[in-house]
Amino acid sequence: MSAPAPGVAPATGSAPDAPEVRVEQAHLAFDGVLLFDQLSLTLPAGRTSCLLGPSGVGKSSLVRLIAGLAHGAEGRVLDGAGRDLAGRVAYMAQRDLLLPWLSVLDNVLLGDRLRGHPPRRERARALLEAVGLAERADALPAALSGGMRQRTALARTLMEDKPVVLMDEPFSALDAITRFELQETAAGLLAGRTVLLITHDPLEALRLGHEIRVLAGRPALLGAAIEPAGLPPRDPATPGLLELQVELLRRLTAARAA
Amino acid sequence: MARLLAILRPLLVLLVLLLAWQAFVWVSAIQPFLLPGPLAVLETLVARWPSLLRHAGVTLSEILLGLACGLLLGSASALALSAVAPLRRWLLPVLVVSQAVPVFALAPLLVLWFGYGLWSKVAMATLIIYFPVTAAFYDGLRRSDPGWLDLARSMDAGRWRTFRHVRIPAALPAFFSGLRVATAVAPIGAVVGEWVGSSAGLGHLMLNANARMQVDLVFAALFVLAMIAVSLYFAVDRLGRRLTAWQPEG
Repeated sequence: MSAPAPGVAPATGSAPDAPEVRVEQAHLAFDGVLLFDQLSLTLPAGRTSCLLGPSGVGKSSLVRLIAGLAHGAEGRVLDGAGRDLAGRVAYMAQRDLLLPWLSVLDNVLLGDRLRGHPPRRERARALLEAVGLAERADALPAALSGGMRQRTALARTLMEDKPVVLMDEPFSALDAITRFELQETAAGLLAGRTVLLITHDPLEALRLGHEIRVLAGRPALLGAAIEPAGLPPRDPATPGLLELQVELLRRLTAARAA
Repeated sequence: MARLLAILRPLLVLLVLLLAWQAFVWVSAIQPFLLPGPLAVLETLVARWPSLLRHAGVTLSEILLGLACGLLLGSASALALSAVAPLRRWLLPVLVVSQAVPVFALAPLLVLWFGYGLWSKVAMATLIIYFPVTAAFYDGLRRSDPGWLDLARSMDAGRWRTFRHVRIPAALPAFFSGLRVATAVAPIGAVVGEWVGSSAGLGHLMLNANARMQVDLVFAALFVLAMIAVSLYFAVDRLGRRLTAWQPEG
Protein backbone atom coordinates (compact mmCIF):
# COMPACT_ATOMS: atom_id res chain seq x y z
CA MET A 1 0.00 0.00 0.00
CA SER A 2 1.27 3.41 -0.88
CA ALA A 3 -0.21 6.88 -1.03
CA PRO A 4 -3.53 7.08 -2.92
CA ALA A 5 -3.47 6.88 -6.68
CA PRO A 6 -3.44 10.37 -8.27
CA GLY A 7 -6.79 9.75 -9.97
CA VAL A 8 -8.73 9.61 -6.72
CA ALA A 9 -7.48 12.86 -5.31
CA PRO A 10 -10.71 14.79 -5.99
CA ALA A 11 -12.73 12.25 -4.03
CA THR A 12 -10.35 11.81 -1.15
CA GLY A 13 -8.46 15.09 -0.98
CA SER A 14 -8.03 17.20 2.12
CA ALA A 15 -11.18 18.39 3.81
CA PRO A 16 -11.89 22.09 3.64
CA ASP A 17 -11.68 24.18 6.79
CA ALA A 18 -10.32 21.59 9.16
CA PRO A 19 -10.89 23.36 12.49
CA GLU A 20 -8.85 23.46 15.63
CA VAL A 21 -10.55 21.36 18.32
CA ARG A 22 -10.54 22.47 21.93
CA VAL A 23 -11.64 20.22 24.77
CA GLU A 24 -12.18 22.16 27.99
CA GLN A 25 -12.87 21.09 31.54
CA ALA A 26 -13.26 17.47 30.65
CA HIS A 27 -14.34 15.40 33.60
CA LEU A 28 -14.69 11.65 33.99
CA ALA A 29 -15.48 9.62 37.08
CA PHE A 30 -16.13 5.91 36.89
CA ASP A 31 -17.45 3.89 39.82
CA GLY A 32 -16.53 6.72 42.17
CA VAL A 33 -12.94 6.88 40.91
CA LEU A 34 -11.90 10.19 39.36
CA LEU A 35 -10.16 9.38 36.07
CA PHE A 36 -9.60 12.97 34.99
CA ASP A 37 -10.84 16.39 35.97
CA GLN A 38 -10.44 19.90 34.54
CA LEU A 39 -8.59 18.35 31.61
CA SER A 40 -7.93 20.52 28.57
CA LEU A 41 -6.69 19.40 25.20
CA THR A 42 -6.20 21.29 21.96
CA LEU A 43 -5.93 19.53 18.62
CA PRO A 44 -4.19 21.81 16.12
CA ALA A 45 -6.14 22.44 12.92
CA GLY A 46 -5.40 20.15 9.98
CA ARG A 47 -2.87 18.09 11.91
CA THR A 48 -2.69 14.64 13.39
CA SER A 49 -2.37 14.44 17.16
CA CYS A 50 -1.56 11.11 18.73
CA LEU A 51 -2.56 10.25 22.26
CA LEU A 52 -0.75 7.52 24.16
CA GLY A 53 -1.36 6.28 27.66
CA PRO A 54 -1.83 3.20 29.81
CA SER A 55 -5.10 1.28 29.43
CA GLY A 56 -7.94 2.47 31.60
CA VAL A 57 -6.66 6.04 31.78
CA GLY A 58 -9.73 7.34 29.94
CA LYS A 59 -8.43 7.81 26.37
CA SER A 60 -11.45 6.18 24.76
CA SER A 61 -13.82 8.19 26.96
CA LEU A 62 -12.10 11.36 25.81
CA VAL A 63 -12.59 10.36 22.17
CA ARG A 64 -16.24 9.57 22.82
CA LEU A 65 -16.67 12.98 24.43
CA ILE A 66 -15.32 14.68 21.32
CA ALA A 67 -17.44 12.42 19.09
CA GLY A 68 -20.54 13.46 21.01
CA LEU A 69 -21.40 9.89 22.04
CA ALA A 70 -23.21 9.06 25.25
CA HIS A 71 -21.59 7.26 28.20
CA GLY A 72 -18.40 9.24 27.75
CA ALA A 73 -16.85 11.96 29.78
CA GLU A 74 -18.39 15.37 30.45
CA GLY A 75 -16.85 18.56 29.18
CA ARG A 76 -16.99 21.26 26.53
CA VAL A 77 -15.87 20.56 22.99
CA LEU A 78 -15.55 23.52 20.65
CA ASP A 79 -13.71 24.50 17.51
CA GLY A 80 -11.14 27.28 17.42
CA ALA A 81 -13.85 29.91 16.93
CA GLY A 82 -15.84 28.67 19.91
CA ARG A 83 -18.53 26.93 17.87
CA ASP A 84 -20.04 23.52 18.40
CA LEU A 85 -18.43 20.63 16.51
CA ALA A 86 -21.62 18.68 15.84
CA GLY A 87 -21.79 17.22 12.35
CA ARG A 88 -18.11 17.75 11.63
CA VAL A 89 -16.68 14.64 13.29
CA ALA A 90 -16.08 11.14 11.91
CA TYR A 91 -15.32 8.30 14.30
CA MET A 92 -13.41 5.09 13.75
CA ALA A 93 -13.30 2.53 16.54
CA GLN A 94 -10.87 -0.26 17.34
CA ARG A 95 -13.36 -2.82 16.06
CA ASP A 96 -14.17 -2.41 12.37
CA LEU A 97 -17.94 -2.47 13.13
CA LEU A 98 -18.74 -3.64 9.61
CA LEU A 99 -22.32 -4.80 9.18
CA PRO A 100 -21.99 -8.48 8.24
CA TRP A 101 -25.05 -8.49 5.95
CA LEU A 102 -23.77 -5.65 3.75
CA SER A 103 -21.13 -5.92 1.06
CA VAL A 104 -17.90 -3.96 1.39
CA LEU A 105 -19.31 -1.27 -0.92
CA ASP A 106 -22.60 -1.02 0.98
CA ASN A 107 -20.72 -0.79 4.27
CA VAL A 108 -18.81 2.17 2.90
CA LEU A 109 -22.14 3.68 1.82
CA LEU A 110 -23.72 3.16 5.25
CA GLY A 111 -23.48 6.81 6.27
CA ASP A 112 -25.37 7.98 3.18
CA ARG A 113 -28.10 5.43 3.80
CA LEU A 114 -28.38 6.34 7.49
CA ARG A 115 -28.77 10.01 6.61
CA GLY A 116 -31.27 9.23 3.85
CA HIS A 117 -29.05 10.67 1.13
CA PRO A 118 -28.64 9.10 -2.30
CA PRO A 119 -25.65 6.73 -2.06
CA ARG A 120 -22.51 8.23 -3.60
CA ARG A 121 -21.28 5.05 -5.29
CA GLU A 122 -18.59 6.72 -7.42
CA ARG A 123 -16.93 8.22 -4.39
CA ALA A 124 -17.22 4.98 -2.42
CA ARG A 125 -15.56 3.07 -5.25
CA ALA A 126 -12.79 5.66 -5.50
CA LEU A 127 -12.13 5.32 -1.77
CA LEU A 128 -12.10 1.52 -1.98
CA GLU A 129 -9.59 1.90 -4.81
CA ALA A 130 -7.52 4.16 -2.57
CA VAL A 131 -7.42 1.60 0.23
CA GLY A 132 -6.69 -1.18 -2.26
CA LEU A 133 -10.04 -2.98 -2.07
CA ALA A 134 -11.57 -2.12 -5.46
CA GLU A 135 -11.78 -5.80 -6.41
CA ARG A 136 -13.51 -6.82 -3.20
CA ALA A 137 -16.33 -4.27 -3.35
CA ASP A 138 -19.01 -6.96 -3.57
CA ALA A 139 -17.56 -9.31 -0.95
CA LEU A 140 -19.19 -9.76 2.43
CA PRO A 141 -17.05 -8.78 5.45
CA ALA A 142 -16.83 -12.41 6.61
CA ALA A 143 -14.81 -13.19 3.48
CA LEU A 144 -12.15 -10.56 4.31
CA SER A 145 -8.97 -10.69 6.35
CA GLY A 146 -8.64 -8.50 9.43
CA GLY A 147 -6.52 -5.99 7.51
CA MET A 148 -9.05 -5.77 4.67
CA ARG A 149 -11.89 -5.29 7.13
CA GLN A 150 -10.08 -2.43 8.82
CA ARG A 151 -9.32 -0.90 5.43
CA THR A 152 -13.02 -1.03 4.64
CA ALA A 153 -13.68 0.73 7.94
CA LEU A 154 -11.11 3.36 6.99
CA ALA A 155 -12.84 3.90 3.64
CA ARG A 156 -16.17 4.18 5.45
CA THR A 157 -14.69 6.77 7.83
CA LEU A 158 -13.29 8.81 4.94
CA MET A 159 -16.60 8.53 3.11
CA GLU A 160 -18.00 10.77 5.82
CA ASP A 161 -15.68 13.49 4.56
CA LYS A 162 -15.63 15.22 7.94
CA PRO A 163 -12.89 17.75 8.73
CA VAL A 164 -12.31 16.14 12.13
CA VAL A 165 -11.50 12.42 12.36
CA LEU A 166 -11.24 10.53 15.64
CA MET A 167 -9.57 7.13 15.63
CA ASP A 168 -9.55 4.90 18.66
CA GLU A 169 -6.74 2.35 18.25
CA PRO A 170 -7.86 1.61 14.70
CA PHE A 171 -4.92 -0.60 13.78
CA SER A 172 -4.17 -2.32 17.07
CA ALA A 173 -5.71 -5.68 16.14
CA LEU A 174 -3.58 -6.04 12.99
CA ASP A 175 -0.32 -7.83 12.44
CA ALA A 176 2.83 -5.70 12.17
CA ILE A 177 3.15 -5.69 8.38
CA THR A 178 -0.53 -5.00 7.71
CA ARG A 179 -0.49 -2.25 10.32
CA PHE A 180 2.57 -0.68 8.74
CA GLU A 181 0.93 -0.61 5.29
CA LEU A 182 -2.36 0.70 6.60
CA GLN A 183 -0.66 3.49 8.57
CA GLU A 184 0.84 4.75 5.34
CA THR A 185 -2.50 4.61 3.51
CA ALA A 186 -4.28 6.33 6.36
CA ALA A 187 -1.69 9.09 6.63
CA GLY A 188 -2.06 9.89 2.94
CA LEU A 189 -5.85 9.91 3.00
CA LEU A 190 -6.21 11.82 6.26
CA ALA A 191 -3.78 14.61 5.36
CA GLY A 192 -5.27 18.05 5.92
CA ARG A 193 -7.86 16.96 8.48
CA THR A 194 -7.76 17.49 12.21
CA VAL A 195 -7.10 13.97 13.45
CA LEU A 196 -6.94 12.53 16.94
CA LEU A 197 -5.40 9.08 16.90
CA ILE A 198 -5.41 6.99 20.05
CA THR A 199 -2.77 4.30 20.04
CA HIS A 200 -0.76 2.15 22.41
CA ASP A 201 2.08 1.81 19.95
CA PRO A 202 4.79 4.50 20.32
CA LEU A 203 6.16 3.77 16.85
CA GLU A 204 2.73 4.24 15.29
CA ALA A 205 2.39 7.59 17.07
CA LEU A 206 5.82 8.66 15.85
CA ARG A 207 5.05 7.67 12.28
CA LEU A 208 1.66 9.36 12.06
CA GLY A 209 1.55 12.23 14.55
CA HIS A 210 2.45 15.87 13.98
CA GLU A 211 2.41 15.94 17.74
CA ILE A 212 2.29 13.26 20.37
CA ARG A 213 0.97 13.45 23.90
CA VAL A 214 0.89 11.04 26.81
CA LEU A 215 -2.13 10.90 29.10
CA ALA A 216 -1.20 9.37 32.46
CA GLY A 217 -1.81 9.46 36.20
CA ARG A 218 -4.93 9.37 38.35
CA PRO A 219 -6.53 11.79 37.90
CA ALA A 220 -4.85 11.81 34.52
CA LEU A 221 -2.80 14.72 33.22
CA LEU A 222 -1.56 15.44 29.71
CA GLY A 223 2.19 15.54 29.19
CA ALA A 224 3.90 18.17 27.06
CA ALA A 225 3.55 17.58 23.31
CA ILE A 226 6.38 15.86 21.50
CA GLU A 227 6.80 17.14 17.95
CA PRO A 228 9.06 14.92 15.90
CA ALA A 229 10.90 16.49 12.99
CA GLY A 230 9.62 15.96 9.45
CA LEU A 231 6.14 15.21 8.13
CA PRO A 232 4.07 12.06 8.61
CA PRO A 233 4.06 9.33 7.52
CA ARG A 234 7.64 9.16 8.77
CA ASP A 235 9.99 6.39 7.81
CA PRO A 236 10.87 4.39 10.94
CA ALA A 237 14.52 4.87 9.92
CA THR A 238 14.24 8.67 10.28
CA PRO A 239 17.14 9.89 12.44
CA GLY A 240 16.00 10.71 15.95
CA LEU A 241 12.83 8.61 15.80
CA LEU A 242 14.36 5.75 17.74
CA GLU A 243 15.45 8.09 20.55
CA LEU A 244 11.94 9.53 20.72
CA GLN A 245 10.50 6.04 20.84
CA VAL A 246 12.75 5.26 23.81
CA GLU A 247 11.64 8.49 25.45
CA LEU A 248 7.95 7.63 24.93
CA LEU A 249 8.43 4.12 26.27
CA ARG A 250 10.16 5.62 29.32
CA ARG A 251 7.22 7.98 29.93
CA LEU A 252 4.67 5.19 29.50
CA THR A 253 6.55 2.88 31.83
CA ALA A 254 6.79 5.64 34.42
CA ALA A 255 3.06 6.25 34.00
CA ARG A 256 2.25 2.65 34.68
CA ALA A 257 4.54 2.48 37.72
CA ALA A 258 2.91 5.58 39.23
CA MET B 1 -23.59 -37.25 -2.16
CA ALA B 2 -23.66 -36.19 1.49
CA ARG B 3 -26.66 -33.97 0.74
CA LEU B 4 -28.50 -36.80 -0.94
CA LEU B 5 -27.84 -39.05 2.04
CA ALA B 6 -29.09 -36.33 4.39
CA ILE B 7 -32.42 -36.33 2.55
CA LEU B 8 -32.57 -40.11 2.10
CA ARG B 9 -31.81 -41.02 5.71
CA PRO B 10 -35.02 -39.68 7.32
CA LEU B 11 -37.08 -41.09 4.43
CA LEU B 12 -35.53 -44.49 4.99
CA VAL B 13 -36.27 -44.32 8.72
CA LEU B 14 -39.86 -43.34 7.91
CA LEU B 15 -40.21 -46.27 5.52
CA VAL B 16 -38.89 -48.71 8.13
CA LEU B 17 -41.35 -47.33 10.70
CA LEU B 18 -44.26 -47.70 8.26
CA LEU B 19 -43.21 -51.28 7.50
CA ALA B 20 -43.04 -52.05 11.20
CA TRP B 21 -46.49 -50.54 11.67
CA GLN B 22 -47.94 -52.64 8.83
CA ALA B 23 -46.20 -55.76 10.14
CA PHE B 24 -47.62 -55.16 13.61
CA VAL B 25 -51.14 -54.79 12.19
CA TRP B 26 -50.77 -58.03 10.21
CA VAL B 27 -49.20 -60.08 13.00
CA SER B 28 -51.42 -58.87 15.85
CA ALA B 29 -54.60 -58.92 13.71
CA ILE B 30 -55.72 -55.83 15.65
CA GLN B 31 -59.22 -54.51 14.84
CA PRO B 32 -59.01 -51.87 12.07
CA PHE B 33 -61.28 -49.50 14.03
CA LEU B 34 -58.59 -49.42 16.74
CA LEU B 35 -55.49 -49.24 14.55
CA PRO B 36 -55.63 -49.44 10.76
CA GLY B 37 -52.43 -50.26 8.89
CA PRO B 38 -50.69 -47.69 6.72
CA LEU B 39 -52.03 -49.36 3.58
CA ALA B 40 -55.61 -48.93 4.80
CA VAL B 41 -54.87 -45.30 5.63
CA LEU B 42 -53.46 -44.79 2.15
CA GLU B 43 -56.62 -46.26 0.66
CA THR B 44 -58.78 -43.85 2.67
CA LEU B 45 -56.47 -40.99 1.75
CA VAL B 46 -57.06 -41.66 -1.93
CA ALA B 47 -60.77 -42.38 -1.60
CA ARG B 48 -61.53 -39.30 0.53
CA TRP B 49 -59.01 -36.99 -1.18
CA PRO B 50 -61.50 -34.29 -2.37
CA SER B 51 -63.06 -34.00 1.08
CA LEU B 52 -59.66 -34.02 2.78
CA LEU B 53 -58.45 -31.33 0.44
CA ARG B 54 -61.46 -29.12 1.18
CA HIS B 55 -60.96 -29.39 4.96
CA ALA B 56 -57.21 -28.93 4.58
CA GLY B 57 -57.89 -25.69 2.70
CA VAL B 58 -59.88 -24.39 5.66
CA THR B 59 -57.20 -25.32 8.18
CA LEU B 60 -54.42 -23.94 6.00
CA SER B 61 -56.26 -20.60 5.66
CA GLU B 62 -56.60 -20.46 9.43
CA ILE B 63 -52.91 -21.15 9.90
CA LEU B 64 -51.78 -18.67 7.23
CA LEU B 65 -54.11 -15.89 8.40
CA GLY B 66 -53.01 -16.56 11.99
CA LEU B 67 -49.36 -16.43 10.91
CA ALA B 68 -49.91 -13.15 9.08
CA CYS B 69 -51.78 -11.51 11.98
CA GLY B 70 -49.41 -12.89 14.62
CA LEU B 71 -46.35 -11.79 12.64
CA LEU B 72 -47.70 -8.32 12.03
CA LEU B 73 -48.82 -7.74 15.61
CA GLY B 74 -45.73 -9.41 17.07
CA SER B 75 -43.27 -7.44 14.94
CA ALA B 76 -45.10 -4.18 15.60
CA SER B 77 -45.08 -4.87 19.35
CA ALA B 78 -41.38 -5.73 19.35
CA LEU B 79 -40.54 -2.56 17.42
CA ALA B 80 -42.72 -0.41 19.65
CA LEU B 81 -41.25 -1.94 22.80
CA SER B 82 -37.67 -1.35 21.70
CA ALA B 83 -38.36 2.18 20.41
CA VAL B 84 -40.48 3.59 23.23
CA ALA B 85 -39.00 3.36 26.71
CA PRO B 86 -42.20 4.06 28.72
CA LEU B 87 -44.01 1.34 26.78
CA ARG B 88 -41.22 -1.02 27.71
CA ARG B 89 -41.43 -0.13 31.39
CA TRP B 90 -45.21 -0.58 31.54
CA LEU B 91 -45.88 -3.46 29.19
CA LEU B 92 -42.82 -5.69 29.17
CA PRO B 93 -43.43 -7.24 32.62
CA VAL B 94 -47.05 -7.93 31.67
CA LEU B 95 -45.95 -9.46 28.40
CA VAL B 96 -43.40 -11.71 30.11
CA VAL B 97 -45.96 -12.95 32.64
CA SER B 98 -48.70 -13.39 30.05
CA GLN B 99 -46.49 -15.88 28.22
CA ALA B 100 -47.11 -18.26 31.10
CA VAL B 101 -50.87 -18.30 30.32
CA PRO B 102 -51.67 -21.56 28.50
CA VAL B 103 -53.18 -20.05 25.38
CA PHE B 104 -54.85 -23.34 24.37
CA ALA B 105 -57.04 -23.04 27.46
CA LEU B 106 -58.53 -19.90 25.91
CA ALA B 107 -59.92 -21.82 22.94
CA PRO B 108 -63.49 -22.18 24.32
CA LEU B 109 -63.62 -18.45 25.05
CA LEU B 110 -62.37 -17.58 21.58
CA VAL B 111 -65.05 -19.77 20.01
CA LEU B 112 -67.61 -18.03 22.22
CA TRP B 113 -66.41 -14.60 21.10
CA PHE B 114 -65.53 -15.19 17.45
CA GLY B 115 -68.01 -17.94 16.60
CA TYR B 116 -67.68 -21.37 15.03
CA GLY B 117 -66.25 -20.06 11.79
CA LEU B 118 -62.75 -19.24 10.59
CA TRP B 119 -62.02 -16.31 12.87
CA SER B 120 -61.94 -18.05 16.24
CA LYS B 121 -59.19 -20.33 14.88
CA VAL B 122 -57.35 -17.41 13.32
CA ALA B 123 -57.49 -15.67 16.70
CA MET B 124 -56.15 -18.80 18.38
CA ALA B 125 -53.26 -19.17 15.93
CA THR B 126 -52.55 -15.41 16.16
CA LEU B 127 -52.29 -15.57 19.94
CA ILE B 128 -49.99 -18.57 19.79
CA ILE B 129 -47.73 -16.98 17.19
CA TYR B 130 -47.72 -13.54 18.76
CA PHE B 131 -45.67 -14.38 21.85
CA PRO B 132 -42.68 -16.23 20.40
CA VAL B 133 -42.38 -13.67 17.59
CA THR B 134 -42.61 -10.67 19.91
CA ALA B 135 -40.24 -12.14 22.48
CA ALA B 136 -37.60 -13.28 19.98
CA PHE B 137 -37.71 -10.16 17.80
CA TYR B 138 -37.66 -7.81 20.78
CA ASP B 139 -34.72 -9.69 22.22
CA GLY B 140 -32.88 -9.41 18.91
CA LEU B 141 -33.57 -5.66 18.71
CA ARG B 142 -32.46 -5.16 22.31
CA ARG B 143 -29.11 -6.82 21.65
CA SER B 144 -27.98 -4.45 18.90
CA ASP B 145 -24.21 -4.14 19.13
CA PRO B 146 -23.60 -0.86 21.02
CA GLY B 147 -20.63 -0.24 18.72
CA TRP B 148 -22.96 -0.23 15.70
CA LEU B 149 -25.30 2.18 17.43
CA ASP B 150 -22.37 4.50 18.26
CA LEU B 151 -21.27 4.35 14.65
CA ALA B 152 -24.78 5.20 13.46
CA ARG B 153 -24.93 8.10 15.90
CA SER B 154 -21.59 9.44 14.75
CA MET B 155 -23.03 9.35 11.21
CA ASP B 156 -25.94 11.60 12.26
CA ALA B 157 -28.40 8.77 11.66
CA GLY B 158 -32.04 9.26 12.51
CA ARG B 159 -33.75 6.84 14.87
CA TRP B 160 -35.94 5.21 12.27
CA ARG B 161 -33.09 4.85 9.77
CA THR B 162 -30.95 3.26 12.47
CA PHE B 163 -33.77 0.76 12.99
CA ARG B 164 -34.15 0.14 9.30
CA HIS B 165 -30.50 -0.21 8.33
CA VAL B 166 -28.88 -1.53 11.50
CA ARG B 167 -31.14 -2.80 14.25
CA ILE B 168 -33.79 -4.68 12.26
CA PRO B 169 -31.36 -6.53 9.95
CA ALA B 170 -29.22 -7.37 12.98
CA ALA B 171 -32.29 -8.81 14.74
CA LEU B 172 -33.39 -10.96 11.78
CA PRO B 173 -31.72 -14.16 13.00
CA ALA B 174 -33.51 -13.83 16.36
CA PHE B 175 -36.75 -12.96 14.55
CA PHE B 176 -36.54 -16.10 12.46
CA SER B 177 -35.82 -18.36 15.41
CA GLY B 178 -39.04 -16.99 16.94
CA LEU B 179 -40.88 -17.45 13.66
CA ARG B 180 -39.69 -21.04 13.36
CA VAL B 181 -41.15 -21.82 16.80
CA ALA B 182 -44.35 -19.99 15.85
CA THR B 183 -44.70 -21.91 12.58
CA ALA B 184 -44.31 -25.19 14.42
CA VAL B 185 -47.10 -24.39 16.92
CA ALA B 186 -49.50 -22.53 14.60
CA PRO B 187 -51.12 -25.72 13.18
CA ILE B 188 -51.67 -26.96 16.75
CA GLY B 189 -53.50 -23.73 17.52
CA ALA B 190 -55.76 -24.04 14.50
CA VAL B 191 -56.60 -27.70 15.16
CA VAL B 192 -57.27 -27.18 18.88
CA GLY B 193 -59.58 -24.34 17.90
CA GLU B 194 -61.38 -26.66 15.51
CA TRP B 195 -61.74 -29.33 18.17
CA VAL B 196 -63.47 -26.91 20.50
CA GLY B 197 -66.04 -25.87 17.96
CA SER B 198 -66.14 -25.73 14.19
CA SER B 199 -68.00 -26.75 11.08
CA ALA B 200 -65.03 -27.43 8.83
CA GLY B 201 -61.29 -28.05 8.87
CA LEU B 202 -59.02 -31.05 9.45
CA GLY B 203 -59.59 -30.90 13.22
CA HIS B 204 -63.34 -30.96 12.65
CA LEU B 205 -62.96 -33.89 10.26
CA MET B 206 -60.76 -35.81 12.75
CA LEU B 207 -63.18 -35.29 15.61
CA ASN B 208 -66.15 -36.46 13.55
CA ALA B 209 -64.29 -39.46 12.15
CA ASN B 210 -63.12 -40.39 15.63
CA ALA B 211 -66.67 -40.35 16.94
CA ARG B 212 -67.70 -42.69 14.11
CA MET B 213 -64.74 -45.01 14.72
CA GLN B 214 -63.33 -44.14 11.26
CA VAL B 215 -59.79 -44.27 12.58
CA ASP B 216 -58.37 -44.67 9.06
CA LEU B 217 -59.85 -41.26 8.21
CA VAL B 218 -58.39 -39.78 11.44
CA PHE B 219 -54.97 -40.98 10.34
CA ALA B 220 -55.47 -39.70 6.81
CA ALA B 221 -56.40 -36.24 8.15
CA LEU B 222 -53.45 -36.38 10.54
CA PHE B 223 -51.17 -37.17 7.62
CA VAL B 224 -52.40 -34.18 5.63
CA LEU B 225 -52.00 -31.95 8.68
CA ALA B 226 -48.46 -33.19 9.20
CA MET B 227 -47.64 -32.47 5.55
CA ILE B 228 -48.94 -28.91 5.94
CA ALA B 229 -46.96 -28.35 9.13
CA VAL B 230 -43.73 -29.80 7.75
CA SER B 231 -43.97 -27.86 4.47
CA LEU B 232 -44.64 -24.60 6.29
CA TYR B 233 -41.76 -25.19 8.66
CA PHE B 234 -39.31 -25.90 5.88
CA ALA B 235 -40.51 -22.94 3.83
CA VAL B 236 -39.94 -20.61 6.78
CA ASP B 237 -36.63 -22.24 7.58
CA ARG B 238 -35.43 -21.79 4.00
CA LEU B 239 -36.55 -18.19 3.85
CA GLY B 240 -34.78 -17.52 7.16
CA ARG B 241 -31.56 -19.10 5.97
CA ARG B 242 -31.65 -17.09 2.77
CA LEU B 243 -32.26 -13.78 4.53
CA THR B 244 -29.64 -14.39 7.21
CA ALA B 245 -27.05 -16.09 5.06
CA TRP B 246 -24.48 -13.58 6.32
CA GLN B 247 -24.69 -15.07 9.76
CA PRO B 248 -21.89 -17.54 10.61
CA GLU B 249 -23.32 -21.04 10.96
CA GLY B 250 -23.78 -21.68 14.67
